[in-house]
Amino acid sequence: MIEIRIHGRGGQGAVTTGQIMAIAAFHDGKESQTFPNFGVERAGAPVMAFARISDEVINLRSQVYKPQVVLVLDSSLVEAVNVTEGLKDNGTIIINTNKTAEELGIKGSFDIHTIDATSITVGVFGKPIVNTPMLGAFAKVTGLMSLESLKKAIDDKFVYAKGKKIADLNKVAIEKVYSETR
Amino acid sequence: MKKEMPTGGVIVDPGSTVRNKTGDWRTFKPVWDKEKCKQCMICWQFCPDDSIPLDENGKRVETDLDFCKGCGICAKECPFGAIKMVREEK
Amino acid sequence: MVRKVIEASEAVALGVKLSRPAVIPMYPITPQTHIVERLAEYINDGELDTKMLHVESEHSAMSAAVGAQATGVRSFTATASQGLALMNEILFIASGMRLPITMAVANRALAAPINIWNDHSDSFSVRDAGWIQYYVESAQEALDTAIQAFMVAEDHSVLLPAMVCLDGFTLTHVYEPVDIPSQEEVDKVLKPYKAVHAFLDPDNPITQGAIGFPNAFMDLKKDQHDALLNAKNVIKESNWIFAEKFGRGYGDGLVEPYMMEDAEYAVVALGSVCGTIRVVVDELRKKGKKVGMLKIRVFRPFPEEQIVEHTKGLKGLGIIDKEVSFGQEGTVYSEIRSALYDKDLTINGFIAGLGGRDITPDHIRKVFDSLDAEKRTEWLF
Repeated sequence: MIEIRIHGRGGQGAVTTGQIMAIAAFHDGKESQTFPNFGVERAGAPVMAFARISDEVINLRSQVYKPQVVLVLDSSLVEAVNVTEGLKDNGTIIINTNKTAEELGIKGSFDIHTIDATSITVGVFGKPIVNTPMLGAFAKVTGLMSLESLKKAIDDKFVYAKGKKIADLNKVAIEKVYSETR
Repeated sequence: MKKEMPTGGVIVDPGSTVRNKTGDWRTFKPVWDKEKCKQCMICWQFCPDDSIPLDENGKRVETDLDFCKGCGICAKECPFGAIKMVREEK
Repeated sequence: MVRKVIEASEAVALGVKLSRPAVIPMYPITPQTHIVERLAEYINDGELDTKMLHVESEHSAMSAAVGAQATGVRSFTATASQGLALMNEILFIASGMRLPITMAVANRALAAPINIWNDHSDSFSVRDAGWIQYYVESAQEALDTAIQAFMVAEDHSVLLPAMVCLDGFTLTHVYEPVDIPSQEEVDKVLKPYKAVHAFLDPDNPITQGAIGFPNAFMDLKKDQHDALLNAKNVIKESNWIFAEKFGRGYGDGLVEPYMMEDAEYAVVALGSVCGTIRVVVDELRKKGKKVGMLKIRVFRPFPEEQIVEHTKGLKGLGIIDKEVSFGQEGTVYSEIRSALYDKDLTINGFIAGLGGRDITPDHIRKVFDSLDAEKRTEWLF
């Protein structure tokens, strides 16, 4: 079982990111679970969501304390919260930033992947909507889900609720982030 | 001994109040003066026991003493003094 | 049947939608709100032909549910915490009038201090309201139980309201894969509601909710008590029907044992924490320890027989309560001690997870580690 923690800011869509992640993993034939860190959320405040992906039925219902992967939607969170908390040595951090891993100054031996999703998504949406596009980076780095399943999950989540146009733009953004993530 | 009860205490045989005559609770009874009565229907509206019956023309007739409890509201409300409460000896 | 990743709140809403209630009086409260939001969407999208009433309080929501059900139609509502507390007096009226209303309770702590997170203090505070109380572990069980609750509540040997309790946030806000039965499939197991004693029919006028004089009241209460005991069989039956039709059963419907056959030590709990206990049981079993779990799925009616049966041969039993009867101990602990008073095993009580305090595998390991010595109650901080 892989445990994942998503860091974002209130209003940025960290919870939705977890939902699409769980749906995409499910489309790949895996069991999945996601839930927010239950707080009294305010726009802009640091928030978290958790996810679990497994080949077997997931029974565990406690919060995630020792994630293997941390997804950070906003690099300013690196200073606000300890994004590496509970993360094992060589654990994976995927972070939206225009800086390099060295410049971020995250202490510890982690597998850090950076991607400037803000710039990419401004190009796609005209504004920085990074939550779902960052799943492109997540899929590329972890290999936990296929790009196809991710796009299918976007359709599940957005076509009915927000319309086909928004869903398609999200898919374009995900593909761009996916291809530019190293 | 426990009794058989209808589910939820539902009363399936309604209208039991018709059988339960409350007229003998009375100490004073209303006496209606037909001559003074203007058929304004105020007594009929106020009667809490629906004891002022109407005829086929919608006019009030004699008080139904089977159910009138003698509360005196009709006498108090009558603007024409057409109802008087009278001690009732049984 | 389709399998999808959905939120547990949506699973409840789908179970309700598939059960097609005629009236849903609602008042929003965290963490229940997602349930009625989804139901409002189904109605708005024309998928559900139900009258939703936006009332001004939970007291009104339950009153409206009583009124609706008393006309002879199926009604549903949902609430949590302070909302359930505000409904209190009408809960007793619903059960006393034998109206099979169904309600989801997104378990949340009672204030003060104000707390929006999960524990069982709300539904346990209405333990004696005469409602059937289910506690579910997963989104799937939430959907299945929403439907089963109607099947049980409306059975002619029962005719009592039912509560489906699911842990607020800890379960209500979790997305996970759920098998969603089709309308045709559900129609086969849940028949349309046909009122037998409480209905509005001008050709057959009846009086409901009348006074019960001392010569009638006690007899009616005995009937109500017996009806709640009758629910045990119907709960088992509906669980069996689901197992048969959908391949999903939850123990015998009342309790769900996990690795109990040869267990020497076991933990009893209700609701979503049972999932975490399963994980720890698996882990300890791998180390050769004979441990198990007994999930209490239905707390009212109380499955005393099943508890006695499944705890035979145990050396130690731990009871996890997500609420406390102040000045005494955990309520589940009290009742299980009472059920097992003449049995030779140590029984320990643990208070855990109050007001959303996360219950981790470490907590559960600690419980299993301390089942030999008898303590009255330990708080797991």
